[in-house]
Amino acid sequence: MKHVNRLIMALVYIFLYAPLLVMVIFSFSGGNHTSVFQVVEGRPFYYWYEQLFREGNPLLRCLWNSIQLGIVSALIATVLGTVAAVGIYRMKNRRLSSSMMMVNNIPMMNPEIVTGVSMMLLFMFVGVMLGVSGEKTNFWTLLIAHVTFSTPYVLLNVLPKLRQTDPHLLEAAQDLGCTPTKAFFKVVIPQIRPGIVAGFLMAFTLSFDDFVISYYTTGSSFKTLPVYIYNMVRKPVTPEIYALYSIILAGILVLLIVYNVVSAKTPAAGKKR
Amino acid sequence: MKTAKPGWGNRLLNAPYILWAAIFIIVPLIMVAVYAFTETANVFCLEARYKGQTYSYEIEMYSGKILKGDPGSFTLDPEMEGNVNMDYAKDMVAKCLGAERSEVTFTKAKPEYNRVSSFTFANIRTAFSGNYVRAFGQSLWLSVLATLISLVVAYPFAYALSRTSIRSQKIQMLLIMLPMWMNMLIRTYAWTDIIASGGILNKALGFIGLGPFKMLETEGAVVMGMVYNYLPYMILPIYTIMSKIEPSLLEAAEDLGCNGFGKLRRVIMPLSLPGVVSGIIMVFVPSISTFYISYKMSNGKITLIGDLIETQMKNQMTTGGLNVGAALSLLLMVIILICTFILNRVDKDGEGSVMV
Repeated sequence: MKHVNRLIMALVYIFLYAPLLVMVIFSFSGGNHTSVFQVVEGRPFYYWYEQLFREGNPLLRCLWNSIQLGIVSALIATVLGTVAAVGIYRMKNRRLSSSMMMVNNIPMMNPEIVTGVSMMLLFMFVGVMLGVSGEKTNFWTLLIAHVTFSTPYVLLNVLPKLRQTDPHLLEAAQDLGCTPTKAFFKVVIPQIRPGIVAGFLMAFTLSFDDFVISYYTTGSSFKTLPVYIYNMVRKPVTPEIYALYSIILAGILVLLIVYNVVSAKTPAAGKKR
Repeated sequence: MKTAKPGWGNRLLNAPYILWAAIFIIVPLIMVAVYAFTETANVFCLEARYKGQTYSYEIEMYSGKILKGDPGSFTLDPEMEGNVNMDYAKDMVAKCLGAERSEVTFTKAKPEYNRVSSFTFANIRTAFSGNYVRAFGQSLWLSVLATLISLVVAYPFAYALSRTSIRSQKIQMLLIMLPMWMNMLIRTYAWTDIIASGGILNKALGFIGLGPFKMLETEGAVVMGMVYNYLPYMILPIYTIMSKIEPSLLEAAEDLGCNGFGKLRRVIMPLSLPGVVSGIIMVFVPSISTFYISYKMSNGKITLIGDLIETQMKNQMTTGGLNVGAALSLLLMVIILICTFILNRVDKDGEGSVMV
């Protein structure tokens, strides 16, 4: 039984990591196509990495766009979601709060393509009504779409943390002379901070990786990396995108290792396990 | 449960998200329904006076199709398709009348947006016809297959994972989630490099005297793409719930005479059901609605419902594209709702809601 388990696990990991391995290896290919590994004379093994960082590369511009959009939308979603979580937590009306949770679940349960299509219809309708061209406003449409699909996840990260807080602490702070607002920021926020941070990180990742919804709400003036890659991937592509994503993979690995080392060293984080 | 002292600005706290959700979650869904059941068009309504006579024209925005009025000998330059504006529409009318633009006076020039012509079942009927039904059927079949394969692979994997040491569990969770942080487009694209006819796998097989096999452009490739992309969504909920099963329960079952299989059937399986239901929903929903995976893994040879929606929505310039796209989306949503409902029935406690 144990050997069978081991075998299944090994096969799953090979399956999950095969394309990543191919990506990293082929990013060092000298050829112009991703499909074969070639050594081309006059091209060093880091040829496509060099190409990637050439001046004015649209890939880098789109990467920067994605990072900006990810940060801005995650910030807005975090504020919106946290405020809503506090609101729902304090809500006396059970019916209202459960229907809010239901609406909150819609973007998570609906297939992405339907969310994308529905938002596209809305933006087109409003855009035409106001006489605004989608081309010029597409940063804003993307921002709205990204905030909409990531806020539910923030809310779901913060709400359980709120439910774990001790209401007596808040009362105590107020008895000791805090205003309700001050008590909230001094007592509640520190207790739910892990949820808020997790929500923000999740919102950023969702936004950074999102392709489907962006695809339907984008125009041509502001392209995110996944949308750009989609348009590129329809033709045979150069190993340049492999190089870019190998760097991103390395970045994620470094972050993970740093995070694990840091959290292993901090006693507070260690206790939680 | 005690709640904190209410009273200060609770309504104020709820207002922003209620407003946001109403405008950007509820209204768009209503728009899908409206578009699905109507024919809509954006038109320039023009009334022109030329040589003492009045002509009225209706020209569709963007596409430049003349919906009302005599086109005369005018044909639209294909270059202008998608670029028609009010000014050009006036030029068009002048050309249709065989006149110079300066000779024509416009008594009315009004754009009418999203003119809902009428309530209609035509879009829904289209969605139920030939190609579309076939695509729905194929999407359903392939995504069910992908879900089943994911379940068969993920279940023993999650079980084995939940029996390893805490440290190993933590590391392995990271290993499973790590690929998900890389963009799915790239990972799927890399698969096409692996299984293409001149790809790595075929070369490796050729080395040991097998093949070449045609793998890309088959249904199998599409299913594999789905399994690959969504397998972690099956593993995670099942693992989460299995790791919560108390070892003492298994010991008790053993004491009461259960063998290995009995433990699995009588203890582990019932307890892990909510995780399985979550996993099934989380794999099935994105699989049935995908358009990128099917496009890439079959080189456009297999069209799933997602691909059809994509084509319709991107063909928005032609009349009715948006409406058919909306009808297809609505149908997809209904199919998924029905499936989710049935699945949640299986999991009676309702624990298997879609939560990550």
